[in-house]
Amino acid sequence: MKVEKILLSHGGGGEETLALIKNFFLKYFDNPILGNLEDSAIILNSFSKLAFTIDGFTVKPIFFKGGNIGKIAVTGTINDLVVMGAKPLYLTVGFIIEEGFKIGDLEVILQTMKEEAIKNGVTIVAGDTKIVPKGEVDGIFITTAGIGEILYEGISCKNLVSEDLIILSGSIGEHGACILAEREGIGVEIDLESDCNSLFSLVEPLFESRLEIHAMRDPTRGGLSATLHEWAYASSVVILVEEEKIPVKPQVRAFCEAFGFEPYHLACEGRVVIALPEKEASKALALIRKHPLGREAQIIGKVIKKSSFPQVLLKTLYGTHRILENTSGELFPRIC
Amino acid sequence: MKSLNSLNLIWNNFKDPQRVKFLVKLIKKEIESLGKSLNLMEFCGGHTHVILKYGIDELLKDYVNFVHGPGCPVCVIALERVDLALELAKKPEILLCSYGDLMRVPGSKGHTLVSLRAEGYSIKAVSSSLETLKVAKEFPEKKIIFFAIGFETTAPHTAVLIKEAYKNKIDNLFVISNHILAVKVLDFLLKSEKKPFVEAIIGPGHVSTITGSKIYESIVKEHNIPIVISGFEPLDLLQAIYLIVKQKRENRCEVEVQYTRSVTKEGNPKAQALLEEVFIIRDRFPWRGFGDIPFSAYGINSKYEILDAEKRFPLDISKLEENPHCLCAKVIKGIKKPTDCKLFKKICTPQNPLGPCMVSSEGACLAYFKYKVGNLYV
Repeated sequence: MKVEKILLSHGGGGEETLALIKNFFLKYFDNPILGNLEDSAIILNSFSKLAFTIDGFTVKPIFFKGGNIGKIAVTGTINDLVVMGAKPLYLTVGFIIEEGFKIGDLEVILQTMKEEAIKNGVTIVAGDTKIVPKGEVDGIFITTAGIGEILYEGISCKNLVSEDLIILSGSIGEHGACILAEREGIGVEIDLESDCNSLFSLVEPLFESRLEIHAMRDPTRGGLSATLHEWAYASSVVILVEEEKIPVKPQVRAFCEAFGFEPYHLACEGRVVIALPEKEASKALALIRKHPLGREAQIIGKVIKKSSFPQVLLKTLYGTHRILENTSGELFPRIC
Repeated sequence: MKSLNSLNLIWNNFKDPQRVKFLVKLIKKEIESLGKSLNLMEFCGGHTHVILKYGIDELLKDYVNFVHGPGCPVCVIALERVDLALELAKKPEILLCSYGDLMRVPGSKGHTLVSLRAEGYSIKAVSSSLETLKVAKEFPEKKIIFFAIGFETTAPHTAVLIKEAYKNKIDNLFVISNHILAVKVLDFLLKSEKKPFVEAIIGPGHVSTITGSKIYESIVKEHNIPIVISGFEPLDLLQAIYLIVKQKRENRCEVEVQYTRSVTKEGNPKAQALLEEVFIIRDRFPWRGFGDIPFSAYGINSKYEILDAEKRFPLDISKLEENPHCLCAKVIKGIKKPTDCKLFKKICTPQNPLGPCMVSSEGACLAYFKYKVGNLYV
């Protein structure tokens, strides 16, 4: 009998669970490590420093323009490793699925995860599935943990110093605008795709170049503003960015105007912000711009000074200065 | 989204840096020939935010001193009215609905609607008055009170709700009107002894779409002060300021409308008729910072008193003292700036607001907190 929907029995740990694993998860993720179906994956010690992270994904809607929850679950964790200077190697995946979830939808998600993993040379080596009764979770939640090998040591949000320049790899806010546009109460057609993407191939040449890099972040929840604030606080510095230099697609700008958001607060899922010494900036910018994801990269500002009053300032289009407000409070749950 | 994109072009035009620079130059030149800087009050909190967000105050530094006015409906809500909302919300049979900004304004004991909600009381933030109709249907066992706030801008929405609820005989929905009148507070402020020095007024944009520009004519005459009604984009405000400066240069004193794409002399007759039908003007109403102002707020007309929660759930709320260190009452009147307050940015922040001006999206303190770069920090 063809199974069309996830049933509670798929989580029972018996025949149906095994069938779900073999017929679906292994169908997409099979590899010699995962295929053993042991309680944990045995992986090779790479004898180098490792980066290790975990992230949960609850994005609503599950399918959005430019991706789905599976894509973001793989790229999100990969990106967390990448911005610490690591080459992602292994992922583990946990699914929490609501009873009645369509198998067809699950397969689309698995296919996307497989493609993203292959594209980035990572292997999904262990997994877990829990099925919960209807109403106890909204469709599907995914958690991924990842291990990566450090290629470039010493990147940290505490490293910013005076005169560092800030590079942004592309236009901001597309993921956030895409997700919000489909939200209840907003619901507008938006001619825009999420920027959801893995960043490894974009920044790998930077790691190889051995240019001096101080800090690197993917501005996800809280957007560019939250990333810059984290840096300012962690490094006790004042950062100044220029509105004119920050790329924002017209669709995102229009969306923000119409609904009272600022693009600086909207999440990106495929952009990176880098802080590095002025002397390295033009070389780094050239390397980033060579990659399709980095064509619109810009130097958007600089660290103006060390300060016990860390701040992020924005130079407006009129040459005036204002505080770039940190993201706080009410901003929308479940964008990733 | 195509339409949003074409709107984007229009919006861009209202922000165009070249035009902004040009107008700033022009204004400065006019003010120079006037021979002295100008003290302008922008009535609306919405204007305050645009001025600070885009640094218009910085662009016109030494030429224009902006005095921030009382046009922030959440900021001017009297403490006793906030306490009223909190007390009503504590009654087990009641589900209290209001607009989001009010939810975080602290009452006299430091509670907010949000903190009460976390304790389990039934409280809901709505973004439109008509949402409460749905709430009433969804919770038939509860008595729903819509705690309505706002100037003439939002009053027609409440009027529509009251008419709908009355027509459809919805028996578990009630309204408390805290709707206040912009022109009354402006007149009261200009008449009061302790008032800021103001030479012209940037008039409210959204209120005026409802009331029309004609309601300001008596104020202009009586107080001999020009009023120019402005839109909410940087170029709107600069153009309004230019019109004011021109009036000063030509020794005129008039009501002018810069925001002509929304505001007419007569206003919105449909909305006015609704207000007339549903509301009566209260003899007096308490305002934060001002005390009681005569004839300054809407109450619910006796025809609809069956829906009037103030009559249905009478509560005796005693007047309590404001936090003596909180300067909101003076900030609202334009006598003090947010940065004059000892609590500002230290104890009082958007995450932990002590006064309404730090809560409301139109509050002056929030605008300073969000945008203003203090000398200390640069």
